[in-house]
Amino acid sequence: MNIHEYQGKALLKAHGVPVPEGVHCTSVEDALNAYDSLGSKVVAVKSQIHAGGRGKGTLFNPTSRDHVMDGGVKIAFSKDEVKTYATNILGNLLVTIQTGDEGKVVNNLYIEAGCDIAHEYYLAILVDRENKAVLIMASTEGGMDIEHVAETTPEKIHKISVDPNAGLLGYQKRDLGLDLGLQGTALKSFMKSLTSMYNMFLNNDCAMVEINPLVKTGDDQIVALDAKISFDENAEFRHKTWDELRDLSEEEDVEIRAKETGLSYVKLDGNIGCLVNGAGLAMATMDVIKLYGGEPANFLDVGGGANEEQVKTAFSIILEDPNVKGILVNIFGGIMRCDIIARGVIAATEALSLDVPLVVRLAGTNVDEGKAILAASELNIHPADDLAEGAQRIVELIGGVA
Amino acid sequence: MAIWIEEDAKVLVQGITGKQGMFHADKMVEYGTNIVGGCTPGKGGKTVELQGNPYPVWNSMFEAIQATDADATVIYVPPPFAAEAIMEAADAFDTVKGEGVVVCITEGIPTLDMVKAVAFVENRPGVRLIGPNCPGIITPGDNGGAKIGIMPGHIHAKGRIGIVSKSGTLTYEAVAQTMSIDEGQSTCVGIGGDPVNGTGFIECLAAFQADPQTAAIVMIGEIGGNAEQEAAAWAAENVTKPIVGFVAGATAPPGKRMGHAGAIISGGKGTAEEKFEAFEAAGIACAKDPSELGAVLLESLKAAGLR
Repeated sequence: MNIHEYQGKALLKAHGVPVPEGVHCTSVEDALNAYDSLGSKVVAVKSQIHAGGRGKGTLFNPTSRDHVMDGGVKIAFSKDEVKTYATNILGNLLVTIQTGDEGKVVNNLYIEAGCDIAHEYYLAILVDRENKAVLIMASTEGGMDIEHVAETTPEKIHKISVDPNAGLLGYQKRDLGLDLGLQGTALKSFMKSLTSMYNMFLNNDCAMVEINPLVKTGDDQIVALDAKISFDENAEFRHKTWDELRDLSEEEDVEIRAKETGLSYVKLDGNIGCLVNGAGLAMATMDVIKLYGGEPANFLDVGGGANEEQVKTAFSIILEDPNVKGILVNIFGGIMRCDIIARGVIAATEALSLDVPLVVRLAGTNVDEGKAILAASELNIHPADDLAEGAQRIVELIGGVA
Repeated sequence: MAIWIEEDAKVLVQGITGKQGMFHADKMVEYGTNIVGGCTPGKGGKTVELQGNPYPVWNSMFEAIQATDADATVIYVPPPFAAEAIMEAADAFDTVKGEGVVVCITEGIPTLDMVKAVAFVENRPGVRLIGPNCPGIITPGDNGGAKIGIMPGHIHAKGRIGIVSKSGTLTYEAVAQTMSIDEGQSTCVGIGGDPVNGTGFIECLAAFQADPQTAAIVMIGEIGGNAEQEAAAWAAENVTKPIVGFVAGATAPPGKRMGHAGAIISGGKGTAEEKFEAFEAAGIACAKDPSELGAVLLESLKAAGLR
């Protein structure tokens, strides 16, 4: 789960990490009041969306798609400029390298006091799956695309791995600061901020904290100028405040509904809907559809113990996508019994008066019973014995290669 | 032989009085697994009925292992308490007998809990953790066998193919593929799809290489991370038995989480393409479609003079 920059900065501030003063706004009027209350002549006007590359993004009118302004993060030197930028940003579509062409409508704005920057750094905290430990990564090349830095000048990326038994140690913080070329007051400020950021990471069950840039100010203070924070959704049960931080407008409505029913759904661009049990098999099903010339319309994992109702919901979610020209059901029954899936498929196709071709591949527990139930129905269901046959069949039925 | 779990291994069930725990404990007994009881704090002294027979429940894993000399435990504890259940089991096995296998089925454990739990287990070298978020481990026997997890027992048969996979249902697919060419399995291990887990691919490959019962290996990977690449490089140097591989997620879009928390591609790392390339570079025979695993395995067995 991702949160906005302004929310991330509030968390950082609460843990003692210095951040510039800022105000969250949802209207131009708010933004103008914020400018007055901050009392800083220079302010940053920042679009708040869950995607990177905002500064280099482009704003468009959401209906006409007319170009409005270049850059989703602007530096304003007067109240008039704040007005212009806020007007150009709010309610418009921001397209960045990470949003795809459809972009995201900006509903939130963050007005932030200007900051005297002496140097920009990069800092990230995340869980390193190879070392099975928390990893802190820093670079002197702040403000840049870190993947580019990793590729071209890997020696400029410094890493420390935190031993889960010992925690983050003083010498590690010092060494990382020295690697960044920090000394004296700035080094002390860095070590203190790093401790606070690490504590925030642990206390909030973060999946990733990325500060780009982390800056050294003219008076040698370390300040977080940006904050990209995501949480580990598995830990939601122990964080009651996440509900308030969640911006549902940033998430696909249908993906939220799927999650509420215990389904895992991700929409894709193709035209063959898939309904599968198990994440690995669901990915493999998509792969095989593509292998035989089709394009999957979605990833959908009904989980290990789906019931008739969930199967029905899964079908209705798949069919909401107007691109779907056919559906492939692929079930390897373990805990899940094939006869239950077969009944669910029949109930769903009847209730939703399905009019696209449907190929069903069943294997595993109670497979013969499941196949018999499908065969006895009057519905236009095509059986398949294995995944390859199922994928080939559905590609054929929708009229060949997409 | 088989790996880590013999077909008559004595197995405990943590969370045996819960709905999931009891359901699967019953299925395990039905398959022939030597279940010796279970553990649910606060329910010690009670019994649960599995397949018509009573099985004892203990309050703690220390008591349970002392009383039964169990070899392994399987965890069906809800996510908020699962990491602690892993650590309790690891501590108890280490203290009581210096070794044991801990299989954690639970899906949805917070990653930072697992960072702690894995470090805890690694400090106890005699203890092996399998999972979490996995189907478990099964060693099919001549008569029943040891099914420790949630996989459908009836699709398996004792044989000479070792299977290791990140995914549950895709493991079943691989099992069915071995059966389609009249081959059974020595042991099948689901290592789980979470970013931080216990036993990895390399440990499984090493164990299969050393196991006289295993003649060939099927390895099923998934997008995300680079465990598959490392395993492939390791196998090229250390495994002489034929390996057949598949990687799921070639069509998954970057940045999206595909059900398994680990199955996410960030910044172009851990793609299926990269992993297939690593497999091929290591001489692993790849199937581009899981329905072809059987055919590719048969070819590899023939090439090695095993068929």
